[in-house]
Amino acid sequence: MPRKVSLFVPCFVDQLQPEVAVDTVRVLRRIGCEVNFPQDQTCCGQPGFNTGYWNEARPCAERFLRVFKDAETIVCPSGSCTTMVRNFYPELLASSSSHDEAIALGQRTFELSEFLVKVAGVTDVGATFPHTVTYHASCHGLRELKLRDEPLQLLRSVKGLKLVDLLRFDECCGFGGTFATKFESISVAMGVSKAESIAVTGAEFVTAIDPSCLMHVQGILGKRKDRAQAIHLASILAREA
Amino acid sequence: MSTTPAQQFLRDAATKSADLAHRNIIRHNMESYDTAHLKGRGRFKDWEAARRKCQEIKREAVNHLDKYLLQFEEKVIAHGGHVFWAADGAEACAYIADLAARNSVKTVVKSKSMVTEEIHLAAALEKIGITVWETDLGEYIVQLRNEPPYHIVTPAMHLNRQQIGELFKEKLGESVPNDDPGQLVALARRKLRQAFFDAEMGISGANFIVADSGVVAISTNEGNGRLTTSVPRIHVAVTGIEKVIPRLEDLATLWPVLATSGTGQPITTYSTMIGGPRRPGEADGPEEFHVVLLDNGRSNLLGNAEEREVLHCIRCGACLNICPVYRNIGGHTYATTYPGPIGSVLTPHLRGQEFAHLSQASSLCGACTSVCPVNINLHHQLLHNRHDAVKTGGTKFSERTVFRLWRTAMQHPQLYALGGWVARKTLRLLYGVGLSGSVLDPMRVWSRKRSPVPLPSQSFRARWKKDLGRNIGNR
Repeated sequence: MPRKVSLFVPCFVDQLQPEVAVDTVRVLRRIGCEVNFPQDQTCCGQPGFNTGYWNEARPCAERFLRVFKDAETIVCPSGSCTTMVRNFYPELLASSSSHDEAIALGQRTFELSEFLVKVAGVTDVGATFPHTVTYHASCHGLRELKLRDEPLQLLRSVKGLKLVDLLRFDECCGFGGTFATKFESISVAMGVSKAESIAVTGAEFVTAIDPSCLMHVQGILGKRKDRAQAIHLASILAREA
Repeated sequence: MSTTPAQQFLRDAATKSADLAHRNIIRHNMESYDTAHLKGRGRFKDWEAARRKCQEIKREAVNHLDKYLLQFEEKVIAHGGHVFWAADGAEACAYIADLAARNSVKTVVKSKSMVTEEIHLAAALEKIGITVWETDLGEYIVQLRNEPPYHIVTPAMHLNRQQIGELFKEKLGESVPNDDPGQLVALARRKLRQAFFDAEMGISGANFIVADSGVVAISTNEGNGRLTTSVPRIHVAVTGIEKVIPRLEDLATLWPVLATSGTGQPITTYSTMIGGPRRPGEADGPEEFHVVLLDNGRSNLLGNAEEREVLHCIRCGACLNICPVYRNIGGHTYATTYPGPIGSVLTPHLRGQEFAHLSQASSLCGACTSVCPVNINLHHQLLHNRHDAVKTGGTKFSERTVFRLWRTAMQHPQLYALGGWVARKTLRLLYGVGLSGSVLDPMRVWSRKRSPVPLPSQSFRARWKKDLGRNIGNR
């Protein structure tokens, strides 16, 4: 198992949901990893890339390559930002001298649940969370990184946790970055569909591997004053008895 | 000032996504499709292998379009048919209108064809006094409503039987007890059957055109395709140039995959192959057979190696059915011939940057890509389109400025951290006095209909910096 892990904290987690990063560190340390956080990191470039501003996003990718150059293993508590690095950097840097480096870096960058289950070989991280939880499969994690069972394996090993199925668990929550504000009505309608499915489960919490989806889902749940709360997988895994 | 397609789209999207009756009809229909599609895929020994095979066939065809189209033309001419190469919709319509006029055609029957919708053929023919009958039931319904198709496979998906019963009563003057579906179909059939015998010309589309045999392949579930192409004296098949496939045997894979993706059927009820006009000694079939090969912007796409795969599309509609955006806003909101993910990818190429907003109207969830039977990377193509819009200067000045500032900030960690701190501090002050979602809230597009984003007093990096994270989880 790799002992040394470099933390890649997406910009909006750093600024808006720092507890997700804190909980990621807790979980990694609990399974015996030595965690460092390269402080020169900023944003992976996804907002620019997804909106079509590839020239503006490219320096972010190049910066990321420099900052994580010597990292053995990079772990990120977001399927979407991991996708940016692994799947889209090679495209963004296709005609750059760093193309090969980008591919190699993508191979050692992992989303948290992927790292725990596939790299570290751990499914029981010693967590306790005595609540009813339902799982939403975030799009990038599911379709770009092909992570289907990894988060579920981790959840099933949490003491006291009751996992309930979510109808249309793999349908998008409607976040989509700038889509959420450019197309507010469509995004909210998708979010409401998701919230309705969550309500049917009766779960106290809905979890996922992407903080951006969870921020959107929480925004909708909060506005509707629904019972369920959105919580990141890392925060469940960080809880102890 | 006139409304741009982008502004109209935003308005219609807001209306439709709030229309719960609409959402329930679509959800109900899509769920029936989902069940059939899942079952249909299960009939394949290896669905993924079938998708890859179809992708290979279409890639080979599209990459060698020059060769296969000429081969197809040669075969059609050898069978006694005619081939017309139309650069755009106007040329295609003019050719067909001229052909109709020369033959004194008064009535035309059409089987379902999206490409004729693309070039507005029915309107062009009606303009010269020809009566045009759509003979696919769904198409007939939307024609009676004076509407474009709602969906590329199921044109009247947005209507329930009560609405159809009302429509028939109003337009056909007959009412059906309890809007019984069987009787509604029977009523439409009586009206259409006469049209088939009146028509001097039948116009069809093509699901595939086959290079090695000069055959036009058409799939329908109602048999109207066979009547359209065999009863009238003249048959015109209109098709996009990308519909060519190399070999007749390729249909053995493409046909079942198309049927499964389109409706979940193992094979479409009527799979027809048409090889030319009636030959001496044959009992039936048209006296004249014409194929109109339409470019209409497709060769521009062909010239773009990164985006060319969009031409692989076999118009099955699977990407529309799974798309959560389509499920919420419906087909008409797109205001394009081809709605849904494939339409959002294709339309800016066919109709220009005026439709670039469609490529933005996606959460990039990738559900479309996961079902495409020819493995088009649809959501990546949306990203390419967005990049194209920026490259051609089609985006707003304000947005360009924001992304330039963003780029600068992201190159300077201190600037980034300061910017984040100021933004959080400002929003905390505003939200502290209850201004979340108000006109003074710069995040109001987020917070009007969602609770505000969390605004912690300290960022993760600030917390880490204090003691290099030693206080986190170390016991």
